[in-house]
Amino acid sequence: MSTISLQAAELRKEFGNLKVIKGLSFSVAAPGSLGVTGRNGSGKSTLMKLLAGIESPTGGKIILKESENEIAPENHFHYLKMVAPEMALYEMLSGYENLQFFARLADVEWSRKQADEMLARVGLAGRGEDLVGGYSSGMKQRLKYAVALLPSPKVLLLDEPTSNLDEAGKAIVKSVMAEQQKESILIVATNEAEDLKGVEQVIRLGE
Amino acid sequence: MSSKSSGWVNKATAVLVKDIRTELRTRYSLNALFMFAFTTLVVVSFSLRQAALKVDILAALYWIIIFFASMSALAGVFIKEEDTKTAQTLKLYAKPSVIYTGKLVYNIILLLLLCLLVTPLFVILMDVSVPDPLPFVVVILLGAIGLAGATTLIGAIVAKANVRGALFAVLSFPILLPLLVAAIGGTNAVLSGDGWIGAENDIKLLIAYAVIMIAISVVLFDFVWNG
Repeated sequence: MSTISLQAAELRKEFGNLKVIKGLSFSVAAPGSLGVTGRNGSGKSTLMKLLAGIESPTGGKIILKESENEIAPENHFHYLKMVAPEMALYEMLSGYENLQFFARLADVEWSRKQADEMLARVGLAGRGEDLVGGYSSGMKQRLKYAVALLPSPKVLLLDEPTSNLDEAGKAIVKSVMAEQQKESILIVATNEAEDLKGVEQVIRLGE
Repeated sequence: MSSKSSGWVNKATAVLVKDIRTELRTRYSLNALFMFAFTTLVVVSFSLRQAALKVDILAALYWIIIFFASMSALAGVFIKEEDTKTAQTLKLYAKPSVIYTGKLVYNIILLLLLCLLVTPLFVILMDVSVPDPLPFVVVILLGAIGLAGATTLIGAIVAKANVRGALFAVLSFPILLPLLVAAIGGTNAVLSGDGWIGAENDIKLLIAYAVIMIAISVVLFDFVWNG
């Protein structure tokens, strides 16, 4: 079985004169997990975007390895998926259509049965035909989990994982997090102490 | 076709189908495009129909209508993705070239629909005679492909800016000038009755423009999308 590892080496991110991430280094290997915490504005979400490849670092490097072979940065997205408040799904498509669209892009076999199972897993059973624009913010957050988990990502990045979720939703996230770190990598950015329970190592930004 | 390239085509098609599906539900671009073109066409035809315009002016008017109508809608494919925060999600699922191709084909379809609506109306309302329809259609087709090729990349650049509307037209104009000159020249030659021979150089220029613009866009889109 291939093993995956993620390493940040002297990572820096600056917006003009504002230095958000200042020479951050860490590594995490599968199976494993990492928590990122810190006050508001300390750079948690920025770090998650850097790891996901959505933003480019000002300096330093993010190294993703599979069985000791380094993966080219432009291919990182095949291994990483993220759930974050800044990432949205298509409101004018239904839950099924969103799942189908992202499944096609991620080379995942698509079937209605699988979609129903995934929707049931995140507590959206029976809501697949509805347009996402009609979902509540908590339901949208649940659908983001369904979309992110579709390709069984080797690295799952969660930024504010329980935002907008009720108690049942939080329980689902907890089980997703537990499942993810059994075989793969989980990275969670949060200020909720509850979300960091069970996470193996925690880094604090802005200190 | 190899499974790798068929997978790539399948993904670009998924982006195209998604855009068509959301467009049919919102009519965001279609309404802007067709209303702008229709209004301009009617105003031009009512005010200039009695003026017995020469063919070169008619050709210029036709492409001015197409140019400004396309300015109102073609940037929309990327602006929507940025505004609705779906661009970041998309980045984690597909290569930039897949996204560019899906969006490019979508814009080409949108422009061809526009031309399909505007051309017969223009011919009727402006009382234009078309001696040889085939080269006329070819010039319009190539002009639309070149226009879509350039504006798709410019739309991606503009989507990341704050002053989008003005920036799109300002950035587009110098890049599209050679295309518009060739398209107007080709249309003029065809409507003057010079047929394929008269429009040959302009058609060659339109083909070269479309090929170069799309090739450059595929290379540059990676930097724009991830920039």
